[in-house]
Amino acid sequence: MVKMKKEEIKSILATDCGSTTTKAILIEQVGDEYRLVVRGEAPTTVEAPVEDVTRGVLNAATEVQELAGRPILTADGEAIEKPRKGNKGVDIYLSTSSAGGGLQMMVAGLVKQMTAESAARAALGAGAIVMDTLATNDGRKDHEKIDRIRTLRPDMVLLAGGTDGGDVNKVIALGEIIAAADPKPRLGISYQLPVIYAGNVACQDKIKEILQAKTALDLTDNLRPSMERENLMPARLKIQQLFLEHVMSHAPGYPHLMQLVDDEIMPTPAAVGSIMQRIAHQDNIQVVGVDIGGATTDVFSVFQGVFNRTVSANYGMSYSISNVFADAGLANIMRWVPFDINEAHLRNRIKNKMIRPTTIPQMLEDLMIEQAMSREALRLSFDQHKSLATGLKGVQKERTIADTFDQSSGGETLVDVLALDMLIGSGGVLSHAPRRCQSAMMMMDAFVPEGITRLTVDSIFMMPQLGVLAKVHPEAATQVFEKDCIIYLGTCIAPIGGSKEGQKAIDGTITKDNGEEISFEVNFGDIKVIPMPVGEKAKIKVTPYKGLDMGAGKNKELESTVYGGVVGIIFDCRGRRPLPIPEDRHARIDKLEKWYTAMNMYPTLKVSM
Amino acid sequence: MAHAYTPGLKVVEKMIITKDRRLPLKGEVMAKVGDIVKSDTIVARTELPGNPELVNIANKLGIEAGEVPKVMTKAVGDFVKKDEQIALAKSFFGLFKTPAFSPIDGTIENISNTTGKVLVRAPAIPVEVKGYIDGKVIEVLPEEGVVVESFGTFIQGIFGIGGETVGEMVMLAETSEDPLRVEQIKDSMKGKVVVGGSLVTIDFIKACQKAGIIGVIVGGIDDYDLRQFLGYDLGVAITGSEDLGITLVTTEGFGKIPMADKTFGLLKKSNGRKASINGATQIRAGVIRPEVIIPLLDLKDKTESEQKEAAQGMSIGTIVRIIRDPRFGEQAKVVRLPVELNVVQSETKVRVLEVELKDGTRWLLPRANVEVIEL
Repeated sequence: MVKMKKEEIKSILATDCGSTTTKAILIEQVGDEYRLVVRGEAPTTVEAPVEDVTRGVLNAATEVQELAGRPILTADGEAIEKPRKGNKGVDIYLSTSSAGGGLQMMVAGLVKQMTAESAARAALGAGAIVMDTLATNDGRKDHEKIDRIRTLRPDMVLLAGGTDGGDVNKVIALGEIIAAADPKPRLGISYQLPVIYAGNVACQDKIKEILQAKTALDLTDNLRPSMERENLMPARLKIQQLFLEHVMSHAPGYPHLMQLVDDEIMPTPAAVGSIMQRIAHQDNIQVVGVDIGGATTDVFSVFQGVFNRTVSANYGMSYSISNVFADAGLANIMRWVPFDINEAHLRNRIKNKMIRPTTIPQMLEDLMIEQAMSREALRLSFDQHKSLATGLKGVQKERTIADTFDQSSGGETLVDVLALDMLIGSGGVLSHAPRRCQSAMMMMDAFVPEGITRLTVDSIFMMPQLGVLAKVHPEAATQVFEKDCIIYLGTCIAPIGGSKEGQKAIDGTITKDNGEEISFEVNFGDIKVIPMPVGEKAKIKVTPYKGLDMGAGKNKELESTVYGGVVGIIFDCRGRRPLPIPEDRHARIDKLEKWYTAMNMYPTLKVSM
Repeated sequence: MAHAYTPGLKVVEKMIITKDRRLPLKGEVMAKVGDIVKSDTIVARTELPGNPELVNIANKLGIEAGEVPKVMTKAVGDFVKKDEQIALAKSFFGLFKTPAFSPIDGTIENISNTTGKVLVRAPAIPVEVKGYIDGKVIEVLPEEGVVVESFGTFIQGIFGIGGETVGEMVMLAETSEDPLRVEQIKDSMKGKVVVGGSLVTIDFIKACQKAGIIGVIVGGIDDYDLRQFLGYDLGVAITGSEDLGITLVTTEGFGKIPMADKTFGLLKKSNGRKASINGATQIRAGVIRPEVIIPLLDLKDKTESEQKEAAQGMSIGTIVRIIRDPRFGEQAKVVRLPVELNVVQSETKVRVLEVELKDGTRWLLPRANVEVIEL
């Protein structure tokens, strides 16, 4: 825990140790506010030959001190100088980590759609990748479940099951399956696998009897004490505690890193989730955030105050790009590509990106293909998120257990794109797109926001560091987030429904704070952009026609607020539920050319493969 | 002088190669420091706990879970044969008897009076680790395995399929641009590793499987053919556990791509030698690339080993391979390494380099889109 008083903290170094790169940021108090000073990075060093994560941290910090023009490390370069003395060092050092593949977990619960799903939510919210979810009713035989546990070799197992006072025998049976598998951890063969039991309290003694000798068992509160209530926080905290005590302490160099930091190392996704929750809570808004990486895509949401996170472990832009192609299919990828390409050629290109993941699209057509792939990776990840971010299933009107099982799919998704206030994009393909309008369009195509939605991107992906900082110094984290981290792209205005191509879809006025009034009219099938700079805010009145709905009802006028951004106010009247893209090749290319031109997406659209 | 870091694959003619040969669980090490081992020498072995089988005795006998311990005819620790009686329930004052049998040969490990299930564990599964390369044991990892050291040629591929295998190499290509052709396969190639130039097709691989050829080393493969070979679309590049009877190592990537000159030259020079190859690829944190190891233990002079790392600096004159379109697969010479960021056609702002291609044309491209080739 940080010993220094919050008000004494003037200079902060924070790192995020990713699988491939360690990113360091230096934050300092400038006048009354905290600002990002510089950012440095270096390759992560958990692998041979270095096998010590701190080396990458010190290298990234070295870049920071060179850019900042003042020493941050000790004279021998082997530690961080703390606390700051004059021009030397920083007051505190914090870190997050997802190096070595992050935290990989298996979860188990009684009923797949109830306690097992709650267990998955607990693990995901704690920053884990859920490798598999075992449940009494998952359709697999005992020996298949045992085989699965043995094959996957997770870092940790979370065993839930049974509401308090509920079923005992089936929960114990799950414990017996885990014991029978005699699971071994992924990192190292000399320590016991951590297993957390967060199920029916009545089974705790029996679970101890079954699992204590074979695993590093830990008990915590039931994460689903009743059908109507989830209590995920104790299990999440326990996961993060065991992650540090068992998993991280066996990763190369982490015991050393743990000595350097002033607060606990957080799993990267948990830190990002924490900052997302902070934004939603602070502004009382509904938020969806996404971090699309090379191997995985994380989606976060806060709706009605409920935080959810999912990770699509095999959707990403380099290591996992081939999996996006396999799952989305050629036709879905081509929906976004404004030219023709031979499938065999495209397949080889995608596989070559997978095996050489660090390459960069040099040619425009390559960029267009990568951005098409990203839309599908985002769409698939968002679909997965919607299916898990649900209300509690099994909360029944009828009170018999039979009905509970029958109606297990009754939990509705909490994700309501019409109610969504802000979309936050992050990750290389969104943060580093050559034109910001490309990031806006990728998010609009993948998430298909409805009504009025603010679009933003993380400028240089510093949300993990801000997430861990928020634990120690919330004000500093918020100030840096607003001033240096987030880039406001603008506001998307999209009516729901379908109409006839070329007919008037919406019209209305935008009234700025200075009284300036801008009228607009957009036809169905079109996209239109009205520039409005970052920092400007305006009142908007929108009237939809021909049965279209802005959220106030069909053909009903809506009054709201819109915010400017580097792209501006984007009227997306292409239609919703679904977003119609012509199947015919020529019609599709014509449409894409029209939309991309309206958004000023690319320097030219006349490319060929 | 301008200098840049770029990743590359290791292709070295003569070097000291070490291999960790580890068990998945703790066990017994069979070799000691100084032992000379062959690729098929067993260096360590252990026993994996056998597969467990849960038998629901309570259900089978129609009794309460709590009664199960009372009806067991075998105790925890007893060895039982398949179909041997393990429990017997009596009803109507012993008039009716209902037995339950073991589904497998194994040992009774647990009898649960809560769930009514009995755990029978099959006998332990022996696991052996072989030397994989001809060489000398230089270190014993207590209870885990050994480190074997060898001297020879080491070639990293870019992508592979299938696990470790060892066989004599047969070069089938005249030049690095020659694709492998089905009519080149002969019966005498059974148990051998064939080497081609630019491309392997699904027809060739199938013919190899039929002829008993155990490995293929080649420049490229079309993704369409890979899908047919595997039987599914490969989503994530984590390979090595495929059981297809053949190991594939590609050195360049997907499509028809001539093998890099140095790689091809080394393989051609090694024609007829024994090679240890592994297609295992993991393109994630802790990347694993496929490999070809050709021990040269018969060479007397081991002092000339090159210990250059492929992942080294790049400077003017360095030979690189372009690893992204356009001009994918072509070799070129670095002629300029500008320090400032440049905007390329996609409008991406990146660090670039200027290269001269074999035809004399010059090309500006992102530094991330080349890899160093050692000559």
